Amino acid sequence: MNKINNINEEDKNTDFKYLSQIKIYTKPQSKFCFFKKNNIKYIDYKSYDFLIKFLNPQGKILPRSITGTSKKFQKKLSIAIKRARHIAILPFISDELK
Amino acid sequence: MQYESIILLTPVLSDIQIKDSIKEYENILINYEAQIIYQEHWGLKKLSYKIENKYSAFYHYFEYKITPSKIYHLDLKLKQDERILRFNIIKMNKHAIIYSQNYRNKIIKNE
Repeated sequence: MNKINNINEEDKNTDFKYLSQIKIYTKPQSKFCFFKKNNIKYIDYKSYDFLIKFLNPQGKILPRSITGTSKKFQKKLSIAIKRARHIAILPFISDELK
Repeated sequence: MQYESIILLTPVLSDIQIKDSIKEYENILINYEAQIIYQEHWGLKKLSYKIENKYSAFYHYFEYKITPSKIYHLDLKLKQDERILRFNIIKMNKHAIIYSQNYRNKIIKNE
Protein backbone atom coordinates (compact mmCIF):
# COMPACT_ATOMS: atom_id res chain seq x y z
CA MET A 1 0.00 0.00 0.00
CA ASN A 2 2.82 2.36 0.83
CA LYS A 3 4.19 1.97 -2.70
CA ILE A 4 0.99 3.22 -4.23
CA ASN A 5 0.94 6.24 -1.90
CA ASN A 6 4.53 7.04 -2.77
CA ILE A 7 3.75 6.94 -6.48
CA ASN A 8 0.84 9.36 -5.97
CA GLU A 9 3.06 11.76 -4.05
CA GLU A 10 5.72 11.55 -6.75
CA ASP A 11 3.02 12.27 -9.33
CA LYS A 12 2.23 15.56 -7.67
CA ASN A 13 5.82 16.76 -7.55
CA THR A 14 6.88 15.82 -11.11
CA ASP A 15 5.20 17.80 -13.87
CA PHE A 16 3.59 14.69 -15.32
CA LYS A 17 2.46 15.49 -18.89
CA TYR A 18 -0.78 13.80 -19.97
CA LEU A 19 -0.56 12.18 -23.40
CA SER A 20 -3.71 13.88 -24.70
CA GLN A 21 -4.69 17.47 -23.74
CA ILE A 22 -7.29 17.71 -21.00
CA LYS A 23 -10.63 18.67 -22.65
CA ILE A 24 -12.07 21.65 -20.76
CA TYR A 25 -15.73 21.93 -21.73
CA THR A 26 -16.81 25.61 -21.76
CA LYS A 27 -20.16 26.95 -22.95
CA PRO A 28 -19.62 28.39 -26.51
CA GLN A 29 -19.92 32.21 -26.09
CA SER A 30 -22.01 33.74 -28.87
CA LYS A 31 -20.02 36.39 -30.71
CA PHE A 32 -21.62 39.78 -31.42
CA CYS A 33 -20.72 42.84 -33.48
CA PHE A 34 -19.32 45.47 -31.10
CA PHE A 35 -20.42 48.34 -33.35
CA LYS A 36 -23.98 47.17 -33.91
CA LYS A 37 -24.50 46.52 -30.22
CA ASN A 38 -23.24 49.94 -29.06
CA ASN A 39 -24.86 51.66 -32.04
CA ILE A 40 -21.56 53.21 -33.21
CA LYS A 41 -21.83 54.86 -36.61
CA TYR A 42 -18.35 56.34 -37.16
CA ILE A 43 -14.98 54.79 -36.29
CA ASP A 44 -12.54 57.56 -35.50
CA TYR A 45 -9.05 56.95 -36.92
CA LYS A 46 -7.47 59.38 -34.45
CA SER A 47 -8.35 57.47 -31.26
CA TYR A 48 -5.42 55.26 -30.22
CA ASP A 49 -7.07 53.68 -27.18
CA PHE A 50 -10.11 52.49 -29.13
CA LEU A 51 -8.33 51.05 -32.16
CA ILE A 52 -5.79 49.13 -30.15
CA LYS A 53 -8.46 46.68 -28.95
CA PHE A 54 -8.74 45.30 -32.48
CA LEU A 55 -5.01 44.65 -32.94
CA ASN A 56 -2.96 41.70 -31.80
CA PRO A 57 0.36 42.24 -29.98
CA GLN A 58 2.23 42.29 -33.32
CA GLY A 59 0.09 45.21 -34.51
CA LYS A 60 -1.92 43.15 -37.02
CA ILE A 61 -5.68 43.56 -37.48
CA LEU A 62 -7.67 40.81 -35.76
CA PRO A 63 -9.83 38.78 -38.16
CA ARG A 64 -13.64 38.72 -38.03
CA SER A 65 -13.68 35.09 -36.94
CA ILE A 66 -12.15 36.11 -33.61
CA THR A 67 -13.73 39.48 -32.94
CA GLY A 68 -17.05 38.62 -34.55
CA THR A 69 -17.67 42.03 -36.11
CA SER A 70 -19.94 42.28 -39.14
CA LYS A 71 -18.48 42.67 -42.63
CA LYS A 72 -19.52 46.30 -43.07
CA PHE A 73 -17.81 47.50 -39.90
CA GLN A 74 -14.73 45.32 -40.36
CA LYS A 75 -14.11 47.18 -43.63
CA LYS A 76 -14.55 50.59 -41.95
CA LEU A 77 -12.33 49.43 -39.09
CA SER A 78 -9.49 48.36 -41.40
CA ILE A 79 -9.68 51.69 -43.28
CA ALA A 80 -9.48 53.59 -39.99
CA ILE A 81 -6.52 51.50 -38.79
CA LYS A 82 -4.67 52.02 -42.07
CA ARG A 83 -5.22 55.78 -41.81
CA ALA A 84 -3.91 55.73 -38.24
CA ARG A 85 -0.85 53.83 -39.38
CA HIS A 86 -0.20 56.42 -42.10
CA ILE A 87 0.01 59.28 -39.61
CA ALA A 88 2.11 57.23 -37.18
CA ILE A 89 -0.47 56.86 -34.44
CA LEU A 90 -0.41 53.07 -34.81
CA PRO A 91 2.69 51.07 -35.77
CA PHE A 92 2.83 48.86 -38.87
CA ILE A 93 4.72 46.12 -37.01
CA SER A 94 5.63 45.94 -33.35
CA ASP A 95 6.48 43.19 -30.89
CA GLU A 96 4.89 44.45 -27.67
CA LEU A 97 1.88 46.60 -28.49
CA LYS A 98 -0.37 46.03 -25.49
CA MET B 1 -17.89 70.02 -48.57
CA GLN B 2 -16.30 69.45 -45.17
CA TYR B 3 -12.77 68.09 -44.77
CA GLU B 4 -10.43 67.34 -41.91
CA SER B 5 -6.67 67.17 -42.13
CA ILE B 6 -3.79 66.42 -39.79
CA ILE B 7 -0.32 67.93 -40.27
CA LEU B 8 2.89 66.51 -38.80
CA LEU B 9 5.65 69.11 -38.38
CA THR B 10 9.29 68.31 -37.79
CA PRO B 11 10.33 68.51 -34.12
CA VAL B 12 13.44 70.47 -35.07
CA LEU B 13 11.49 73.72 -35.29
CA SER B 14 11.27 76.10 -32.34
CA ASP B 15 7.93 77.15 -30.85
CA ILE B 16 7.90 80.41 -32.75
CA GLN B 17 8.49 78.68 -36.08
CA ILE B 18 5.70 76.22 -35.31
CA LYS B 19 3.23 79.03 -34.68
CA ASP B 20 4.34 80.83 -37.83
CA SER B 21 3.93 77.79 -40.04
CA ILE B 22 0.46 77.08 -38.60
CA LYS B 23 -0.51 80.75 -39.14
CA GLU B 24 0.81 80.41 -42.67
CA TYR B 25 -1.50 77.49 -43.39
CA GLU B 26 -4.44 79.32 -41.89
CA ASN B 27 -3.83 82.16 -44.33
CA ILE B 28 -3.50 79.69 -47.20
CA LEU B 29 -6.85 78.19 -46.29
CA ILE B 30 -8.46 81.62 -46.00
CA ASN B 31 -7.05 82.57 -49.42
CA TYR B 32 -8.80 79.51 -50.84
CA GLU B 33 -12.09 80.82 -49.35
CA ALA B 34 -12.15 78.06 -46.77
CA GLN B 35 -14.14 78.36 -43.57
CA ILE B 36 -12.07 76.92 -40.69
CA ILE B 37 -14.46 75.28 -38.22
CA TYR B 38 -12.11 73.90 -35.63
CA GLN B 39 -8.39 73.69 -34.89
CA GLU B 40 -6.50 71.67 -32.33
CA HIS B 41 -2.80 71.56 -31.48
CA TRP B 42 -1.76 68.22 -30.05
CA GLY B 43 1.83 69.38 -29.53
CA LEU B 44 4.85 67.12 -29.51
CA LYS B 45 3.93 63.42 -29.71
CA LYS B 46 6.06 60.30 -30.05
CA LEU B 47 5.75 58.63 -33.45
CA SER B 48 5.20 54.89 -33.48
CA TYR B 49 7.87 54.47 -36.17
CA LYS B 50 10.77 56.46 -37.63
CA ILE B 51 9.88 59.11 -40.24
CA GLU B 52 12.90 60.77 -41.87
CA ASN B 53 15.08 59.69 -38.91
CA LYS B 54 12.83 61.51 -36.45
CA TYR B 55 11.02 59.93 -33.54
CA SER B 56 8.59 62.71 -32.60
CA ALA B 57 6.54 65.35 -34.38
CA PHE B 58 4.16 68.24 -33.76
CA TYR B 59 0.59 67.28 -34.61
CA HIS B 60 -1.98 69.84 -35.71
CA TYR B 61 -5.61 69.14 -36.58
CA PHE B 62 -7.68 71.25 -38.97
CA GLU B 63 -11.37 71.00 -39.77
CA TYR B 64 -12.65 73.21 -42.55
CA LYS B 65 -15.21 73.66 -45.32
CA ILE B 66 -13.85 74.23 -48.83
CA THR B 67 -14.92 73.84 -52.44
CA PRO B 68 -13.55 70.52 -53.77
CA SER B 69 -11.74 72.14 -56.70
CA LYS B 70 -9.32 73.93 -54.32
CA ILE B 71 -8.13 70.71 -52.67
CA TYR B 72 -5.66 70.05 -55.50
CA HIS B 73 -3.83 73.33 -54.82
CA LEU B 74 -3.82 72.76 -51.06
CA ASP B 75 -2.39 69.28 -51.62
CA LEU B 76 0.40 70.71 -53.79
CA LYS B 77 1.28 73.32 -51.17
CA LEU B 78 1.52 70.73 -48.43
CA LYS B 79 3.73 68.49 -50.55
CA GLN B 80 6.20 71.26 -51.39
CA ASP B 81 6.83 72.21 -47.77
CA GLU B 82 9.87 70.55 -46.14
CA ARG B 83 8.75 71.34 -42.60
CA ILE B 84 5.87 68.90 -42.97
CA LEU B 85 6.72 65.23 -42.46
CA ARG B 86 3.30 63.85 -43.32
CA PHE B 87 -0.25 65.03 -43.80
CA ASN B 88 -3.67 63.73 -44.79
CA ILE B 89 -6.82 65.34 -46.16
CA ILE B 90 -9.97 63.35 -45.48
CA LYS B 91 -13.54 64.05 -46.60
CA MET B 92 -16.02 63.88 -43.76
CA ASN B 93 -19.34 62.08 -44.27
CA LYS B 94 -22.39 62.90 -42.22
CA HIS B 95 -21.54 60.50 -39.39
CA ALA B 96 -18.08 62.01 -39.06
CA ILE B 97 -19.53 65.52 -38.87
CA ILE B 98 -21.90 64.48 -36.06
CA TYR B 99 -19.02 62.71 -34.28
CA SER B 100 -16.82 65.82 -34.33
CA GLN B 101 -19.64 68.07 -33.15
CA ASN B 102 -20.19 65.84 -30.10
CA TYR B 103 -16.43 65.83 -29.51
CA ARG B 104 -16.36 69.63 -29.52
CA ASN B 105 -19.39 69.93 -27.24
CA LYS B 106 -17.69 67.66 -24.73
CA ILE B 107 -14.59 69.88 -24.73
CA ILE B 108 -16.63 73.06 -24.24
CA LYS B 109 -18.46 71.41 -21.34
CA ASN B 110 -15.19 70.42 -19.65
CA GLU B 111 -13.81 73.96 -19.81
